[in-house]
Amino acid sequence: MVTSVGTTLIEMENVGKDYGAIRALSDVSLTVRAGEITCVLGDNGAGKSTLIKIMSGLHQHTSGVMRVDGEETEFGSPREALDRGIATVYQDLAVVSLMEVWRNFFLGSEVRRGMGPVKMLDADGMRRTAREELAKMGIELADIDQPIGELSGGQRQCVAIARAVYFGARVLILDEPTAALGVKQSGVVLKYTARARDAGLGVVFITHNPHHAFLVGDHFIVLKRGRMNLDCRRSEINLDQLTQEMAGGDELDTLAHELRR
Amino acid sequence: MSDVVEARPGPGPAGTGPGGDDGPRRSMLRQLFLRPETGSLVGAVVIFVLFFVVAGPFRRVESFATITYEASVLGIMAVAVALLMIGGEFDLSAGVAVTTSAITAAELSYQLTLNVWVGVIAALAVSLAIGWFNGYLVVRTGLPSFLVTLGTFLMLQGVNLAVTRQITGTVSTQRISDMDGFGSLEAIFASEWDIGGVRFRTVILWWLLFVAVATWVLLRTRVGNWIFAVGGNEASARAVGVPVAKVKIGLYMAVGFAAWFVGMHLLFSLQTVQAGEGVGNEFQYIIAAVIGGCLLTGGYGSAIGAAIGAFIFGMTRQGIVYAGWNPDWYMTFLGAMLILATLTNLYVKKLAARR
Repeated sequence: MVTSVGTTLIEMENVGKDYGAIRALSDVSLTVRAGEITCVLGDNGAGKSTLIKIMSGLHQHTSGVMRVDGEETEFGSPREALDRGIATVYQDLAVVSLMEVWRNFFLGSEVRRGMGPVKMLDADGMRRTAREELAKMGIELADIDQPIGELSGGQRQCVAIARAVYFGARVLILDEPTAALGVKQSGVVLKYTARARDAGLGVVFITHNPHHAFLVGDHFIVLKRGRMNLDCRRSEINLDQLTQEMAGGDELDTLAHELRR
Repeated sequence: MSDVVEARPGPGPAGTGPGGDDGPRRSMLRQLFLRPETGSLVGAVVIFVLFFVVAGPFRRVESFATITYEASVLGIMAVAVALLMIGGEFDLSAGVAVTTSAITAAELSYQLTLNVWVGVIAALAVSLAIGWFNGYLVVRTGLPSFLVTLGTFLMLQGVNLAVTRQITGTVSTQRISDMDGFGSLEAIFASEWDIGGVRFRTVILWWLLFVAVATWVLLRTRVGNWIFAVGGNEASARAVGVPVAKVKIGLYMAVGFAAWFVGMHLLFSLQTVQAGEGVGNEFQYIIAAVIGGCLLTGGYGSAIGAAIGAFIFGMTRQGIVYAGWNPDWYMTFLGAMLILATLTNLYVKKLAARR
């Protein structure tokens, strides 16, 4: 399960997606490597969602090639992607608020003991494991039995990330994890993102915030109207350039000129 | 509150919480407040004390047996309905479904002169099928279960009356007490026993058993986890691989099973069924579940709470009679109690969240 740092996990080559006559994505190439964070930036409607939906198995690409572990692949369902170790944490779908933290952590993958029809939940074991795994990620909870809805948005994202890591994800796709969060909570989420990378996972970080991306990213891709506008490594760019690219480059200059009094 | 989670610079060793290996826990008081049934327990005690003081006959042991019996017939349904509501759905057909089940068993056995066991098993199949139908429609169409089961409710209400009148010429089924198999079934569904001259009924034990099983399933099994998840956030549950459709259909079938059980109890204790019975009971089941702490929106509640809710019903209905008040006030009293219980639940939840 442990992949050495730098191993290519997912490779996309000129991938495109048409929804009928509408071309949502064209000629996108990217590589997700173990122990690296690949940031995908773009404005609303740039094709970010389409890209992750292809990787997580919700949609299938219509052109180009996607390779997982070097093998040409097309996922039929999110379950297939999960089985290959590709986990997606959606901003709004992460948790069930009224349920306890440990129940959320194990939801859908509950640990049971006993046999036959009288199998029951190993509640104590799951409580212990959830607490240990969260502690490994640096998350200390006052009470593993508290409803997860009592945690802040950032903390909920962190639990969802820790959960994906524990259940054997090799690739972690984070869909705008900081979009709805304040500065401080965003910082917490970014720390766990970095920690997932340090644990050897290949991370795909979707965001429209170049500041957040630049804090953790190893590789940056900027999408614009379904096409790649920028593709470079961290050493090849600085924050100002990234912000400029993200904000629309020349368009921003024009806008600045127009607004100047 | 916002800083319960602390970011640590490095990966800390496991179990480093201030409470030692077991981790810190909340105070007992807070744990109690967090239970869904707490509000209803307080309400039950208040109502018990009220009638104990104002109604002399309420203090007798026989009265307690009567109240518990009344609570058990309602309570078996309330437990199943509570599970369904925790799973995020309603069943308005639950009241008349009880009657449908009893009519099926009675008429099938009587008209074809079969052993009553055959009719009872056929009734079970019919009840489970009604549950499946409700669940399947809700899951497949995505329509609100309020509408879907309102439709089933009206259909069953009509079928109960029309079929019974067609077959018997009246609105009640024939007496089946002299038929083969009646004795053994009566022993299962409607037997009675004496403790010191007080009559207790077996159905009370069945009720307690169902409450215990439902509680165990909810809190200690994977299915229970799924029930809470499906009611709490259906999309999240689906995203982590919970079989949402199966859970919901299963819950409707559990209500079907309970309707069958109560239908059989009524059939074997009364020996005949009135075809118009059951209308309005569906709301009593829902009210008992809500008094017991179930949220109307799903994802929260308890089977024990629903049992306490049913007991509050029994105490109120009998208590009003024992106190010599006009029984017309029963519904008014009930409505006030429902509002009170809802407010208490709201208050308790707010209190729990603030600390």
